[in-house]
Order: sequence, then structure tokens, then C-alpha cells
Amino acid sequence: MNQRTLAVVSAGLSQPSSTRLLADQLATATVAAAGFPLTVKVIELRDLAHDIANHLLTGFPPATLKEALDTVESADGLIAVTPIFTASYSGLFKSFFDVLDKDALADKPVIIAATAGTARHSLSLEHALRPLFAYLRAAVVPTSVFAASDDWGADSADGMLRTRIDRAAAELAREIERRDPVSVTDPFALTVSFEDLLKNP
Amino acid sequence: MQFGIFSVSDITTDPTTGQTPTEAERIKNIVTIAKHAEEVGLDVFALGEHHNEPFFSSSPTTTLAYIAAQTNTLQLSTATTLITTNDPVKIAEDFAMLQHLADGRVDLMLGRGNTGPVYPWFGKDIRAGIPLAIENYSLLHRLWREHTVDWQGKFRTPLQGFTSTPRPLDEIPPFVWHGSIRSPEIAEQAAYYGDGFFANHIFWPASHTQRMIALYRERFAHYGHGDPDQAIVGLGGQVFMRKNSQDAVNEFRPYFDNAPVYGHGPSMEDFTRETPLTVGSPQQVIDRTLGFRSYVGDYQRQLFLMDHAGLPLKTVLEQLDLLGSDVVPVLRKEFAALKPAHVPDAPTHATLLATAAKAAAAKKDEVNA
Repeated sequence: MNQRTLAVVSAGLSQPSSTRLLADQLATATVAAAGFPLTVKVIELRDLAHDIANHLLTGFPPATLKEALDTVESADGLIAVTPIFTASYSGLFKSFFDVLDKDALADKPVIIAATAGTARHSLSLEHALRPLFAYLRAAVVPTSVFAASDDWGADSADGMLRTRIDRAAAELAREIERRDPVSVTDPFALTVSFEDLLKNP
Repeated sequence: MQFGIFSVSDITTDPTTGQTPTEAERIKNIVTIAKHAEEVGLDVFALGEHHNEPFFSSSPTTTLAYIAAQTNTLQLSTATTLITTNDPVKIAEDFAMLQHLADGRVDLMLGRGNTGPVYPWFGKDIRAGIPLAIENYSLLHRLWREHTVDWQGKFRTPLQGFTSTPRPLDEIPPFVWHGSIRSPEIAEQAAYYGDGFFANHIFWPASHTQRMIALYRERFAHYGHGDPDQAIVGLGGQVFMRKNSQDAVNEFRPYFDNAPVYGHGPSMEDFTRETPLTVGSPQQVIDRTLGFRSYVGDYQRQLFLMDHAGLPLKTVLEQLDLLGSDVVPVLRKEFAALKPAHVPDAPTHATLLATAAKAAAAKKDEVNA
């Protein structure tokens, strides 16, 4: 089977960050669940924060950001993890998906995941992240993964967090496997002949 | 090769003085700038079209006709004329009229326009931008070439027995450039008609411009207008110069940092690296501009953006002086030495007229033979 790729977008701001920790655990679990070779490419939005703001202002992505956007667009699956800020995804997380092409995630299998200080924020995944990715026509897997600070404690090793990570990872691997590898359309390629455009503008 | 300047006609506060020119001042200044472009030996002045503040240029042919009356050699063009929201019939009429007044020193660059509300203000839908550009230009192309036109399309009321007046000067339609930042359909349109293609080039990385121009050249050949390297290519550019490069950097930085389009975003150093913007000495501008040829091939027209972001008139005129004395003479010589003989210059009224006369003579010989 061909090599498939998995993009991991982490919007954690502190270093080290629990958002990145959750992202890495989800990625590792997905690679383990996949019965096929899967290359993981991690994108830390912290490193791209200035580039994302510049793209919003100038209308074009600096080279490093362009590479990250292309990585997401060409990936066979995506893990998107954000800290919860003020009852929703972080502004940086949203801004990255604002500058991504609106068709880049169409039918792409995605795990949505989030971290926060307490479990009180857990439904942000369902009322904020899931609608965002539904709008982008992504194929979000049924299990979303939320980790509060407590989840990294004593009961996490074999507890609920581990179970949810493995369940989401298995769902993502299955969705990637049953799809054809992603092929990205060349933005400079012509899709219709000029004669056809002239006849039927 | 043609060298010139293009203006977007923004009325912007000078960030170093807090002074904002009035509309009247800015409009008179643009005339001074255009006249000075001719005085320092430039070939082209191109003016944008906008229908919203802070821009004044809603009526480019009026301004260009006034400039034509006060210049002798300057080629007058646009950057861009909106092919989507303007009526193609009015474009045909306005530019043919300008041709007559300017003794043929006229061409135009068509663009779609990216200001959302302008479309509904003119009764159009921005989502139909490409179809509008294609249908409107196919009508414009006919109006300049056929005396009486019957026409029916999707976006405009039909025409029965319509003649656009005045007819193009000497029956030679103005040369058309198609400008686009990111739409391959527009490169294709330019190639289909054998028209010129102009890459804005200033708000987008060079790698992008390279792909668009390669596509246009390949399709120009596909449609039988010549070899790929005979296609007619224009590029935008943006420079700020002082004899001493650090002086240029220090003087331009506040204008860059507060510019309407990219201000408060990337640093000037980042933007200089990512786009063709050059801030430095005339020699740096020469080196950078010659470098454009390495990724687009031999090209026909280089326009520089010079009068934006609140730069005062005096500074703009000094920039033109440097361009005319230190930069363009060197670029002319260097580009000419590199250009193979089979690569044509940008068409002008005179060259198009000569080509048409030659074709007519050949046809006559054929009939007589």
C-alpha cells in the first residue's frame, strides 16, 4: 500500500504544551492503528503566528506558511488540536483555518481535539470545532478528544483519555484507509477549454 | 522594452507629516507626475480605476486625455480597466475616443477588480467575475473590429445593428493587456486572443508570477500566435531609491509600515524578500529588475509603482529623476543586449498600423498575381 500522510495541527502556545502532547498521542495512536504506512507531519501554529497575521493583512502566505497550508491540503488525514480560550477554539487556530483554502478539507478525515484547564470546557469541541469543520466539509470522525489538566493525572494511563484517543485514532485510520490517496489540483492548471468558456460563460 | 510607472490613485495621509492631500491636489499631482515621467525619458504611464475612497480615479480616460494633451511621446495605459463592472460598449467608445485625441498613444490593461461592493454597486455579482471578464471582452473585441455588431449574451442587453463610435483610429484597435494575479483563466484569455499578459507581481511571490507567465506563454503558442518566447509580457514592480541604500531604507520605512495594503503586517525586510519590492540604491534596483528576466524570460514592459502610500509629490518626482537618469538607461541597454532578435517589442499603434499595412499590401499582391 502507498505511503499515506497525516497532518497534525497544534495550536498550543506554551512550550512544552499539553495541546502538543495530546496531538502527539493522537498521532502515535493513529499510526499504530493504521495497517498501512503513515507519515506524520506536525505543524506548530505558534511558529507560524506572525506569518498567519501577515497573510490576513497582505492576502498571500509567506513561504513557510505556504508550505504548512500545502501540507494540510495534500494530507490524507488531519488531527487538529486547539487549547480552549474563552469558551471556544483559540484565535490563532481559527485564523489558520481562515487562510486555508475553503476546499482544502473537503471529505478529508479529521480528528478534532482540545485541551483546557477544566472539564467544564469539554463541549466546546461539539459546539465550536465540529461546526467549523462541518462548514469546511471535512469528514470529522465521531469521537472528539478533550483533555483537561486532570486527565494527565493518575487515572489517565488506562483511563478515559487513553480510551478516547485510541477510539478516535482507530476511526481516523479506518476513514483514511477507505479513501483514495489525496491528489491536489494544480492551481495553475486549466480545467475547461477557453472555447467552452466563451460559449457558455 | 518599455519602461513606465503605474498609479493606483490612492489619497493617503503622509505618515511622516500627517498631511493628506485634497482630491484636487492629488488629481493635479498625478498630471504633474505623468508629465515628469515623459520628461525623464519613460515610455508609459498607466492609471488604475476605482469606485471607492480613498481612490480618485473613477474616470481614467478623462485623466489620460488631459495628460495626452500635455505630452508628446508618453504611451497612456490603465492599471486596470474593470472589464467586469464596466459596460464593454462604453469601454469600446471611451478608448477609441482617447486613441483619436492622443494620436494612437493608447493601450489598456483589463482586470476584474477585487473590491467586493463595487460589483453590486454596478449591478453585478463578484462570483461571476471570470464569466463577466470573458463575455464582456469577447464583445469589446468585436466592437473594435466589426463595424456593425449584432450580439446577444448573458450579462448585457442585446445589440442589434450597433456601431461603436468613434471607430478605432486607423481601424487599429488599442492593444490590450490582461492583468491577473491568480486566475489561470485570464492568462488563457490573453493567450487565446494573442493579447498581452501583465503580472501585477508586487503583492505576490515571484514563484507565483513565474507559473502564471509560463502558462500564458505555453497557451500563446498553443493558439498559434508564435513561439512561447514571442508572447507579450508585462510586469509590475515597486521600488524606492536613494543614492545611498541606507538612506532609502530609512526614508521609505514609515511609508511601508503604514501603507494601506501591507502596512502593520510583514516587516519591510520580509516583504522585500518575499516580493519584488526593492528599497535601496539605483544599482540594487537595476540588479533586481534584471533578475526578473531569469524567471519570466524576455519581456516587453516594466511598470513601477511610485506614487502611493502618502509619498509627497516632491519625493515622487525625485524618484522619477533617479529612474530616468540612473536606472532605465542601464536597464534598456542590458535588456536589449540580452534579447534575441525574434522576440518582439510591445505593440504600439505605429507598429500595429505598419503590420496591418504590410498584410494589406501582401493581400493586394496575391490578388494581382
